[in-house]
Amino acid sequence: MSTKTPISTSSEWTFDSLKQYDAEIARIAADFGLDTYPNQIEIISSEQMMDAYASCGLPVYYHHWSFGKQFLSIEKHYKRGQMGLAYELVINSNPCIAYLMEENTTMMQILVIAHACYGHNSFFKNNYLFKAWTAADAIIDYLVFAKHYIAECEQRYGEDAVEEILDSCHALMNYGVDRYRKPSPLSAHEERQRQKERAEYLQSQLNELWRRTVPEKTTRTEEKADRYPSEPEENLLYFIEKNAPLLEPWQREIIRIVRKIAQYLYPQRHTKIMNEGWATFWHYTIMQRLYDEGLVTDGFMLEFLEAHTNVIAQPPFDHDFYNGINPYALGFAMYRDLQRICQNPTEEDRRWFPEIAGSDWLETLDFAMRNFKDDSFIAQYLSPQVIRDFHLFSVLDEEADDELEISAIHDEGGYQAIRHALSEQYNQGSLEPDIQVWSVNTRGDRSLTLRHSQHQRRPLGDSAEEMLRHIHRLWSFKVRLETVDPHGRVKACHECG
Amino acid sequence: MSQIIDRRLNPKHKSAVNRQRFLHRFRKQIRKAVADAVDGRSVTDTESGERITIPAKDLSEPTFHHGPGGRREGVHPGNKEFITGDRIPRPQGGEGRGNRASNQGEGMDDFVFELSRDEFLEFFFEDLELPDLIKTKLAQEVSQRSIPAGFSKDGIPPNLHVIRSLKEAHARRIALTTAKRRRLRELEAELESLQAAGAGENELIELRREIEHLKAKIAAVPFLDTLDLRYRNRIQVPKPTTQAVMFCLMDVSGSMDQYKKSLAKRFFLLLYLFLSRNYERTDVVFIRHHTVAKEVDEEEFFYSRETGGTVVSSALELLREIMRERYPSQDWNLYAAQASDGDNWPEDSGNCGHLLDAEILPYLQYYAYIEIDNEYPLGLWQEYEKIARRWPNFAMQAIDEPADIYPVFRELFKKKGVKG
Repeated sequence: MSTKTPISTSSEWTFDSLKQYDAEIARIAADFGLDTYPNQIEIISSEQMMDAYASCGLPVYYHHWSFGKQFLSIEKHYKRGQMGLAYELVINSNPCIAYLMEENTTMMQILVIAHACYGHNSFFKNNYLFKAWTAADAIIDYLVFAKHYIAECEQRYGEDAVEEILDSCHALMNYGVDRYRKPSPLSAHEERQRQKERAEYLQSQLNELWRRTVPEKTTRTEEKADRYPSEPEENLLYFIEKNAPLLEPWQREIIRIVRKIAQYLYPQRHTKIMNEGWATFWHYTIMQRLYDEGLVTDGFMLEFLEAHTNVIAQPPFDHDFYNGINPYALGFAMYRDLQRICQNPTEEDRRWFPEIAGSDWLETLDFAMRNFKDDSFIAQYLSPQVIRDFHLFSVLDEEADDELEISAIHDEGGYQAIRHALSEQYNQGSLEPDIQVWSVNTRGDRSLTLRHSQHQRRPLGDSAEEMLRHIHRLWSFKVRLETVDPHGRVKACHECG
Repeated sequence: MSQIIDRRLNPKHKSAVNRQRFLHRFRKQIRKAVADAVDGRSVTDTESGERITIPAKDLSEPTFHHGPGGRREGVHPGNKEFITGDRIPRPQGGEGRGNRASNQGEGMDDFVFELSRDEFLEFFFEDLELPDLIKTKLAQEVSQRSIPAGFSKDGIPPNLHVIRSLKEAHARRIALTTAKRRRLRELEAELESLQAAGAGENELIELRREIEHLKAKIAAVPFLDTLDLRYRNRIQVPKPTTQAVMFCLMDVSGSMDQYKKSLAKRFFLLLYLFLSRNYERTDVVFIRHHTVAKEVDEEEFFYSRETGGTVVSSALELLREIMRERYPSQDWNLYAAQASDGDNWPEDSGNCGHLLDAEILPYLQYYAYIEIDNEYPLGLWQEYEKIARRWPNFAMQAIDEPADIYPVFRELFKKKGVKG
């Protein structure tokens, strides 16, 4: 035990004590080799927290009714005490902005600093998805640009016209993301400069594409014509922005704004377990160290453990509060387990993880944090130990079957199957239907055909018709959505327009 | 390196605009919900907001998602007794759990939120506008508003605009010294070249004197002069205020039972609420009558109990007197609302007609008459029907139950040009 005295013993925090704690946490984090952006810690009130919440946690956002709806719903739940506000909110930016609520106790502020300012922060800076798809340096500027641009459009073209476009773009937001190409980095300055050029250029390109397409009667040329696009396009918003025949330049710019923001938010959806697990692992580890060094008191530690236990609680499937797998719980357990495998490997671990067992835990965790997203992380690292601890089991729901089948449980025969099934659960195909631009009839009626490639024979949900109306609003001509099975046979077709 | 910033004083309500957008977007549904709410709620309750429910399907934000069917494998925690290969019946109601939380009073399908009082009233009064809202008469005590109006050369010290003043001074100094400075530079150059040429001190003495003289003149230009001073200017503009007075007339004779009174009361309150939102200042005069009329305060108007016969014209006479004495029609927007069960002393109805025709309606913005529970329209109703034909600013309606009040109110004060 160290002879250091605790920094503070009061549950009321002060700016001074926060600064001291932060300095100690920074020292410990550096000691563990956490690589972070500089932190900007902002103390806000609960109302401001609700504001921040309502707009996807972004500090600056354009106006839209859906954020108002979000706010009303948060406000209602919060005021009725049905929901506590998150203790923190952290933004993937450089410097990394973290919000702390003024109502928090000293312990909570410290927990949040460790969790957000060092845990999430280092994840944002180093995970490959974030590195590839988000520009932490530029995001705030870009959001400011977007907000101003959209406000300007509202003045010029009317709130309702802008709202229409935004509604349709929001519906397609998850389909406004590149997954394989790296987009050019964001720069608000250049965006502003190039915006005008782009508008003009786009229009000229379009004119080229549609030049031949004064709709004519379908003739012999049609079936021989080259398909456009030559390859299916998964980024629907991108395709529409670049190719929709009748959009005004400002409408294209708004589509671009929505998909840029979608791209920025995309990695978060695919790293929930990893990111929350990582932050939770580090707040836990850092807190332990603070305690070992005598910088915090026993009472403080008890309060912390209670909060921490709540965070990583995983109700069983048949519990009233069960709402799927708690990403904090699973993520934390997996990183802790990795640490254990490195430090105290069992015979089983050596069989399952021959390369990791007994290795340096800091290096191993660092590698795991950097190079995966949820599905691959689970496929790589979910260990029999964690499967047993969580009593995981998988249920097979086959449409043709009247009953569900327990396809695997936490036993020797089931580990691989469960690991596989859980990884599947977090992959792209399970999260959302695979829908791509298939073709455009550039010579005839300008109709747009989308293809939905079925995942595990799952049909589209009942929102498909409404979604088509949104796409139709952007495309302005007929839109067709074909559902195809793995053999390429069209099984169902929706049309709009 | 961390930076800790206190943002608590930053503006709250960043979402206020988004909230407005939301209300705007769903105004149709909200208006309907407000109308429904009004039917059920007591009109005296004007201080609270209202809970609004909108069906979730109306405000869904669609995305593509998987529907039920096909093959799916889900991993769940907390297995207790299952072993591989167990078969269990498919839970009813679709996916695992789901529709369970619906017994909380409001279904999962509804979006519920609170309208604030102001928002509630805003929706409540939408499309309503009092007729002939033309007398925008400046009130007796015209209130002035002070607004910024550029800068002026005189003012009081607290209004001194330092930057402006210094700019003026700077400009003045430049204007007054430029020529002298130019001359000074020339002389100094000359002096230098003469010195370099080795001229004697005597030749230079004149030059030096002139230089000194110029320097003194430049220095004499004051840094700041009184005429440089600029003051922030504010001017007073009259603030248009409108004022209205509302006369409430109610029959408190024996035939007006408590139920009828409460209906009348709701109508008056609604009218008052409306006027007080539309005018800067709204006076209310309560006149109750049976066989004689009396001006009373609000409390007595609604709650004290009296009985007797009914002479409506007594109230109209009192109204006329008060109007003449206290509320000249060139200064006031005058409104009158009368509630009665239609019972009147038979010979009196004609008097009422005369009074209204000759001495009241010409000065009034609007006269609204509601008759409560008039299953058998009596003399007063018939008399008033004649008046209504002659006077466009006279309106009459019959109401039977609380739910009638709001539609009647809307009908009475419908915005011109808005039908239905």
